[in-house]
Amino acid sequence: MAVVADRTGQIGGDDILVFATLRNERVRLPYFLRYYRNMGIRHFLFVDNGSDDGSRDYLADQEDCSVWVTNASYKVANFGMDWLNWLLRKYGTGHWTLTIDPDEFFVYPFSDTRPINALTDWLDTYDIRSFPAMLLDMYPKGPIDAVPYVEGQNPFEHACWFDAGNYMISRNQKMHNLWIQGGPRTRMFFADDPLAAPSLNKIPLVKWQRGFVYTSSTHMLLPRGLNHTYDTGGGEMVSGCLMHAKFLSPLTAKVEEELDRAQHYAGSREYRAYAQTVGKQPDLWCKWSEKYINWRQLEILGLMSKGNWA
Amino acid sequence: MTVGFIMMCHTALDRAAQVARYWATSGAPVVIHVDARVSEHDYSALGRSLADLEDVSFSRRYKCEWGTWSLVAAAQSAAEQMLDRHREVRHVYLASGSCLPLRPLSELTDYLAARPYTDFIESVTTTEVGWTVGGIDIERFTLRFPFSWKKQRRLFDRYVEFQRRVGFKRRIPHGLVPHLGSQWWCLTRQTLSAILQDPDRDLYDRYFKRVWIPDESYFQTLTRLYATSVESRSLTLTKFDFQGKPHIFYDDHLQLLRRSDCFVARKIWPKAERLYSTFLAPGNGSSVMAEPNPAKIDRLFSKSIERRTKGRPGLYMQSRFPKKDHENGKTSAPYSIFHGFSDLFENFDGWLAKYVGARVHGHLFAPERAEFAGGEEMFNGCLTDSAVLRDYNARAFLTNVIWNSRGERQCFMSSPRDNQDNNWFTATDPNAQISVISGAWALPLSRMNENFATIRREAARLQKRELDHLEILRSMYVKARVRIWSIAEFIENPMEPLQTIIDEISPRSTRRLTEAPQMVDLAGFGQFLQNLKNQGMQPLVMGDFPLDEGARQTATRRGRPYLVK
Repeated sequence: MAVVADRTGQIGGDDILVFATLRNERVRLPYFLRYYRNMGIRHFLFVDNGSDDGSRDYLADQEDCSVWVTNASYKVANFGMDWLNWLLRKYGTGHWTLTIDPDEFFVYPFSDTRPINALTDWLDTYDIRSFPAMLLDMYPKGPIDAVPYVEGQNPFEHACWFDAGNYMISRNQKMHNLWIQGGPRTRMFFADDPLAAPSLNKIPLVKWQRGFVYTSSTHMLLPRGLNHTYDTGGGEMVSGCLMHAKFLSPLTAKVEEELDRAQHYAGSREYRAYAQTVGKQPDLWCKWSEKYINWRQLEILGLMSKGNWA
Repeated sequence: MTVGFIMMCHTALDRAAQVARYWATSGAPVVIHVDARVSEHDYSALGRSLADLEDVSFSRRYKCEWGTWSLVAAAQSAAEQMLDRHREVRHVYLASGSCLPLRPLSELTDYLAARPYTDFIESVTTTEVGWTVGGIDIERFTLRFPFSWKKQRRLFDRYVEFQRRVGFKRRIPHGLVPHLGSQWWCLTRQTLSAILQDPDRDLYDRYFKRVWIPDESYFQTLTRLYATSVESRSLTLTKFDFQGKPHIFYDDHLQLLRRSDCFVARKIWPKAERLYSTFLAPGNGSSVMAEPNPAKIDRLFSKSIERRTKGRPGLYMQSRFPKKDHENGKTSAPYSIFHGFSDLFENFDGWLAKYVGARVHGHLFAPERAEFAGGEEMFNGCLTDSAVLRDYNARAFLTNVIWNSRGERQCFMSSPRDNQDNNWFTATDPNAQISVISGAWALPLSRMNENFATIRREAARLQKRELDHLEILRSMYVKARVRIWSIAEFIENPMEPLQTIIDEISPRSTRRLTEAPQMVDLAGFGQFLQNLKNQGMQPLVMGDFPLDEGARQTATRRGRPYLVK
């Protein structure tokens, strides 16, 4: 990993930091940065995995971004987590850290009226060190590639639909995290093999300490006490969602490229499944799809919870 | 005559300074206590920022730790300073650095001037409080607490347990009746000086130094000795959650706070810029002399505590995944399972849908697909009819069906042919109404065009599954509303049980059943059962079904609807 731009000296003691890996996301970056700056993120730490679309230069020019580059294999690096774990340890220790992909948009209770440090201050008073946010796959109505995404645009202007109530949860006995599957990807691409359907459980917001490590993407961490982000006695703990702007044009091109690289989880079976299905049946929308309004709607639907934060 | 504020500060000193300035410039003297752990740098910065205000002074600094005497000591010395320096003060108001005045000072002084001899301090006896931390109430006053509850919880608990076992009891000083309450009070000069100048103060102080959380009991108890008129409530709006932590106010609470008509609120998030700028702006006031009314805020916070402790029944999600039997509602709403009915009656779901205000599905757990009502391929929440997905997590499928259709009762058919994974779950779910006609599964078999050996094997398999299910439904763990008839029993008099079930589903509907569902042709069923028996398979779940049911058939002949009553 080589440094492209190191502005980590600017990081203040209370700053909340975003960590992300990316590859060829240039067109998405302006909105991504704007979204998280508005939320109150003060510094971004990116690992660029061999972009050739100008992503790296664009980020290196941003005053609040530090950028590293590597051309090594995403797959060998435990799907990028080795790079991020190293950065988290070095720069994240003592900070609230938000580890996400460039197509993931964090929402939490009151995110429309309270900045993210209202949440982290509150978590601090309860000595809560990790915060869950389930991945919520968003999709447009009609073919995914029908409306091209324009730089700077809110991706959820078109991809504003989601599945509200077809999620399946079980508990991972070894790591103690919840394993959540379901949503449009499961029902469209994995109906014959649900075991292989993608995991939607994520714990992206963590008050990082030395010794913490993400083990499998941001689905779970060690020590495993950090995965106890749910109540087992009937109550609800606070949680958020990661709105997933994956189904955005140009998807078909992206799927082809990613299949070519074969750098994804479990032999890229997810991308293979898309390639098989997206061509012939591109509409994820159905009449029961829910149109996104705001976080309160997600709360009422039971996808996230305010818990005792009022 | 005016009111003087004591402010207990340890963080967000800039906000405390803002509030102190607001009060002081409005004409109320302020004494600030700054925690001794605050750095000298921050402390002197605070002093400099308020140096232009004559009526703001700083009291002797104590290192304040939660639940310890230091908080009382700090309040005592600040109160003494207030009473000594500011003769014009009639009421002394204890506030914190994260308090925010919601109404102009003049409204508070008018309010207090109208009640010149009233002490506002929440002060209740230990038997009346339900909010004590750690289940310790009167024992706060009778045990010793040398260990920190926050840092040495195990030692703390063990030592309490030990004292209980050996029957240790501290003696409460004569004349004191222990009272508890919020530490944010507003006392009159008379009462406060009586407490501070009491000849027995040394005795009381020595005693309270070893009481647990004395800041919630020292003034609350001693006030009762001297006060002429105690209003047992705090003028400060502050709400605690189930862990004893104060709820925090943010910008989006602005309207709620404004309408509460409370004088002071805590705790305010230090970065709630809009709250500070709005409430500290000059001319902010209601002009009417309203009584504080925090009911709306109370509701908001008690709802949030309930969400955290009890949650929404029947919801399974990323931050609520209850252990078995801790669900507080295995499902979110009542639902009905009809087992065997679709085998005995033709188009039973169609008939049922006419009589109940509910969504009537076919066999949701059929082996081929989930038979949603109306033959739909998808259901609320984007559930699909895929049997593979459903069987991958049958419980999630069921709880999702019920959760996604909140507000509408769900009914579905079942049979031993269907997925049986949920049998324990539904049997132990108080929301489930399970009606069983046992043995009805054999009716379709009796009309099947298939080798009898194959039919017999299938009959044996289904009977085994039904027996397993019935065993569950007859166990002592059942919480569902379960009714079981054998097919022989049921056909004797089908209308009465149907009426009972339907009345239970829609209790307010007074509609009587006017039309019976159409029963399938039972001719030859008795013989079929006899054939099974002859072939060595004992039918166990059909009840006493006669070999020749011809006589019975006259009463329930198909195609002859009849009226009940």
